[in-house]
Amino acid sequence: MKGVAEFDLAMRSADARRGWRARRFDLAALPWLRPFIESRWPLFVTRSLALAGLVFTILAGLLGPRVGSHNFAIILVWIAWWTALKLVFIPLGGRSWCSVCPLPMPGEWLQQGNLLGGLQKPHGLGLRWPKKLRGAWLQSGAFLLIGLFSAVTLTDGRVTAWVLLALILASVGLSLVFERRAFCRYVCPIGGFTGPYARFAPVEVRVKSSSVCAAHSEKTCYQACPWGQYPLAMRDSAQCGLCMECLRACPSDNIALSLRPFGSDLGAAHQPRGLDEAFLALVMLGSALAFSAVFTGPWGWLKSAAYQVGSLPWLGYSAGFLALNLLLLPGLFAAAAWLHRRLSGSPAQLGKIFAQQAQALYPLGLFTWMAFTVSFAFPKFYLVAEMLADPLGLGWELPGLAALDFGWLQQVGPGLQAAILLAGLAISLRLARQLAQASVTNRSPVLAALPVSLFCVVYTGWVLWMLVG
Amino acid sequence: MTKTSLHAVLPWLVLALLAALVLLLPLPVAAAAPRARRFRIEASQFAYSPAVLRVNPGDQVTIELAPQDVVHGLSIDSYPVDLQADPGQVASLTFTADRPGVFKLRCSVTCGNMHPFMTGKLQVGPPTLLWRSLGLALVALAAALLPRFK
Ligand code: SF4
Ligand SMILES: [Cu+2]
Repeated sequence: MKGVAEFDLAMRSADARRGWRARRFDLAALPWLRPFIESRWPLFVTRSLALAGLVFTILAGLLGPRVGSHNFAIILVWIAWWTALKLVFIPLGGRSWCSVCPLPMPGEWLQQGNLLGGLQKPHGLGLRWPKKLRGAWLQSGAFLLIGLFSAVTLTDGRVTAWVLLALILASVGLSLVFERRAFCRYVCPIGGFTGPYARFAPVEVRVKSSSVCAAHSEKTCYQACPWGQYPLAMRDSAQCGLCMECLRACPSDNIALSLRPFGSDLGAAHQPRGLDEAFLALVMLGSALAFSAVFTGPWGWLKSAAYQVGSLPWLGYSAGFLALNLLLLPGLFAAAAWLHRRLSGSPAQLGKIFAQQAQALYPLGLFTWMAFTVSFAFPKFYLVAEMLADPLGLGWELPGLAALDFGWLQQVGPGLQAAILLAGLAISLRLARQLAQASVTNRSPVLAALPVSLFCVVYTGWVLWMLVG
Repeated sequence: MTKTSLHAVLPWLVLALLAALVLLLPLPVAAAAPRARRFRIEASQFAYSPAVLRVNPGDQVTIELAPQDVVHGLSIDSYPVDLQADPGQVASLTFTADRPGVFKLRCSVTCGNMHPFMTGKLQVGPPTLLWRSLGLALVALAAALLPRFK
């Protein structure tokens, strides 16, 4: 009972403070939770443990058995972590993984010169990130690269270990040359994946009252943010790593860590976006298709082609993968955007419409990855149980783990995948309709919504056929 | 109930009904008399050939697994099937396809790096889940395009 009353109170006071943003619940206003958010210790300890786990994973990847299904690194990274990222961290917490991610830790320590003090007197060159390289283009490229080498990366412990090492080295290098988390914002492919989908997640860090910020000339929150965000100006959560440095730095307690409805950063009120983000959204749709085909489809030749890096079949696979991502999907979506422009009578340029309408692809993309994950990882959960029962490969059988039965997962799998995909489609269709409604003046929003909606339906049908057909 | 609110609710009721029909309606498929079927499946890294088996519910299915290069296995989701054989040998097994649906064949012996993804599929009867899902996708499309009453 007390919990409910507390919830109610926090809800109402939050609403009263920010009438312009209803339907938020400020977690940082909960007296029992506040100390854990304010202190740097909880995240620091979690990240340190994660860093230890990362080092162990890299060693296991390099020294362990070559065959993926017996390698600790493969099972931990590609079955346990990747599943948690797509089914828990992103849909429930947006960039929450980034708040505990160990990859940029060494670089950040060097850059800040301390472990727990936050961003005070940065070391390194502290250059600004070049204008030309801003946006999501690099991350789209990183994502495409991963797709080209996915079959090897996901099945060879050594390759996984080298990829992790390369990510750490890149983040160390970039944090010494550039300011703040340049690596995380512009390069990290995991960030490229989590960032856009964080707009859908039910968590956000925002200022409570803009007038308080307006009167505060030091902007200590901006000085403190490792991600270079200014909370007052943040239009969405794509680049917020939920590290809570702004909350610690704000002298007026004007920062809220809020629960919010799903999809809050999407919709007509959130235009415009750039072509780079639209392109990234399409690349993630294309990659989900390719991963589903390679890893869960019945096409053996495709698996071999994707696996034999450097061979002729692999070149064919690469050509197909790139054509799908660079020509087919962008082409189809451009056609949808063009039709939308005709049907809505919007005077905006095609590129602008392309970027705006691409917002509708985020829910579908996220849910497609979730459905793929169910298909990809659920049948392999027994490997995680085996690994936990015998983490060092010494022939242990920790009680209760090795004997777990996951057979039921196979039976619910297909229905669950279909349900997840259809849910994503429904959300995307609603969004497409909303966007159309906002862009027509005196024409029918139904017709204007049709092209992008059809694009989503056709894509969903394609994935359904691959996963459950 | 006033006229406008009925107008607003009616299309949604129709769509809900449609969705329920798509989900629950038995599909008009002519039941074929069960018969015996035999598949010889050649397995090599990392493919089955044939990789897709289509049978009717009730069929007596015999599978012969014939690995071509290294030792392979074959298990089928939700069916008590697990075969393993060395290259050059053939392992076989007969079962009744009594569960309709689409099920994955999976290699059950580590045969190389892509082994966890060596799959095929057994299709017992029509792919109803796919059809119903596609139907629901169209219902969702209709729902999204429905005129909005304010
Ligand atoms: S962007 Fe990448 S490296 Fe940075 S915190 Fe997120 S996942 Fe980790
Ligand atoms: Cu095999």
